[in-house]
Amino acid sequence: MTKKTIKVDYIARVEGQGAINIDVTKDGKVENLQFKIFEPPRFFESFLVGRKYDEAMELTSRICGICPVAHQITALRAVENAMGIVISDQTRDLRKIMAISAHIQSNVLSMYFLSLPDLMVYESIIAMVKDHRDIVKRALMLKKLGNDITQLIGGRSVHPVTMIVDGFTSIPSKNKFEDIRKRLVDSKKAAFETVDLFAHLKIPDFTRKCEHVAISNPKYYAINEGRFRSTKGLDVDEMNYRDIIFEKQKPYSTALHSYIKNRSSFMVGPLPRVNLNLKQMSDDAKDAAKNCDVKFPNYNPFVSHLARAIELVHDIDESIEIIDRLPLKEEQGGYMCKSGFGAAVTEAPRGSLYHSYTLDNNGVVKKADIVPPTAHNAYNIEKDMNKFVQTIIDEPVEDITLKCEMLVRAYDPCISCSVH
Amino acid sequence: MAKKTKIGIFKFTGCAGCQMEIFRMEDEFLDLIRLFDISYWKMAKRNNDEEDLDIALVEGGISTPWEIEEIKCIRKKTKFLVAFGDCAIGGCIPSIRNWIPQMKSEEVVYPNPSKICSTKLLGIGEYVKVDAELKGCPPHRDTIIELLKSALLKIRPRLRQHPVCVECKLNGNACLITSKKLPCMGPVTSGGCGAICPTLGRVCEGCFGPMSNPNAAALAGIFKDLGLNDEDIKRKFRKYSGMSPEFRLEAGH
Repeated sequence: MTKKTIKVDYIARVEGQGAINIDVTKDGKVENLQFKIFEPPRFFESFLVGRKYDEAMELTSRICGICPVAHQITALRAVENAMGIVISDQTRDLRKIMAISAHIQSNVLSMYFLSLPDLMVYESIIAMVKDHRDIVKRALMLKKLGNDITQLIGGRSVHPVTMIVDGFTSIPSKNKFEDIRKRLVDSKKAAFETVDLFAHLKIPDFTRKCEHVAISNPKYYAINEGRFRSTKGLDVDEMNYRDIIFEKQKPYSTALHSYIKNRSSFMVGPLPRVNLNLKQMSDDAKDAAKNCDVKFPNYNPFVSHLARAIELVHDIDESIEIIDRLPLKEEQGGYMCKSGFGAAVTEAPRGSLYHSYTLDNNGVVKKADIVPPTAHNAYNIEKDMNKFVQTIIDEPVEDITLKCEMLVRAYDPCISCSVH
Repeated sequence: MAKKTKIGIFKFTGCAGCQMEIFRMEDEFLDLIRLFDISYWKMAKRNNDEEDLDIALVEGGISTPWEIEEIKCIRKKTKFLVAFGDCAIGGCIPSIRNWIPQMKSEEVVYPNPSKICSTKLLGIGEYVKVDAELKGCPPHRDTIIELLKSALLKIRPRLRQHPVCVECKLNGNACLITSKKLPCMGPVTSGGCGAICPTLGRVCEGCFGPMSNPNAAALAGIFKDLGLNDEDIKRKFRKYSGMSPEFRLEAGH
């Protein structure tokens, strides 16, 4: 066989700036494999020092335009853990529905706008409009639903404004929630159609049994709160995250690579969540998963799309459940500004997200530590790609290139986040 | 039919939130792609063409040597260059790091800073001529639509210069400074958001950047009277637009 070079200078249809480089030698060996993240760093952990505790949510929101809600909630929870603040049930519920709405928006963006064109052989969703107007319209409708919920509670969909330490600055009226509830009920059909679509599209047959990690809680499908668990027995409290997760720098990547102490790379995201927490999903989501030909737990990273679709069904169900129990009453919070260390792990749409802050007596940040999902995944993407390329090594360079891009897109990386 | 207006959407140092506002135009998306030829948009397309653009929407600030080259290259190929959002205008929140020695920031984040090639984070206007600014973190999608409609009609877009206060009055909000003694940035901040924050019980944090000809010193004085110390006031102005000439003094230059 001949020597091959796989090179993508700027990966399309992902958030942020990354590249791929792979050399395949004459005897079929994979060399110099690099998931090159060249996104310029913004040094959030540096400039957060000296800022006030109540700004952490607002500033770290700007780490990411796709998952600002996840950064806001993680920052708020880390600060609350540092100060020993216990939030009300209503605040917990409103935050959960905020997080879910952001998941709906982000997962629909990933499935339909970023990855579906590959699976249906188009260059973009724009190119799909001519032949598949209904599918595009469904995608827009579902994405709008997620965004409208975020906007209803948060004031706007990108960088919402109402979530603060220990509560909300304002809470929407019952009437407005009723409109949204109706739309959620009506959207259920589109969610099932999404599962059906992604269950039947052909994906590469590839499995690598790596460690899958997500937060988990026996009582509910964990998004904002839970213990940090894995398919290989990891089970730690969020406050002790740094005892087990370490990072190393690669010379070609501005995103650090995470690994589990004394172990190796790991995967976070919708697939690990479904693998670990399927039991806690809604009945309809469980049925949707059961009725696919795909079995869970599953270790094919391309099944992540289907996992997102199954989550979509669950997200709609849980949103309705939360709306039905929300008391929507004005609450008077009250807390004392205290020094201390606080950490939080939540599930951003693309996987586990860690924030921690050390605060002084005046609530000024002394140290900040942030690890976004794509920093967790970067090392694992390389390991997947290494094994994946070996399975398709005889194919033409253009096909290998596209498939490697598809693998990256299956992870739905948020590269700006990963570098921050 | 006449040739469609050709648009490129580019990302530099930023969070992609401004592009997300374009994705957010769910109701207008099909019209948008019918009326315009979006020929370059890495986040949405695999086949991209960045030659001879009528409009370039540039998101993000400039913080690496190659970004300087890239923005100059885009300028050459573009008729109408838009600084799309606060990062492209003046670096936005990540520009807070410009007050910290670069080496120190790098050491906080990286075990081996020798591989990092970052400069201070500046707006694209530091390096190339900018034809229009869409303010906001992120800009409101109505503003984006106003700009794109104007491009089709070949008229000057009506981009707002008034403060957030005007929009608070239109919404019938009681002033948070006078009625609740809260430190609101509204009087010096450009409108266009619809006064989202004050309407929802939160002070304006200034995310649309300085309005036209603001009196930042006077507002800093009011903040002092409300009980904020010098550090608090500096943090207020050194946030979304600390690098702007309008807020420079209050931001602690």
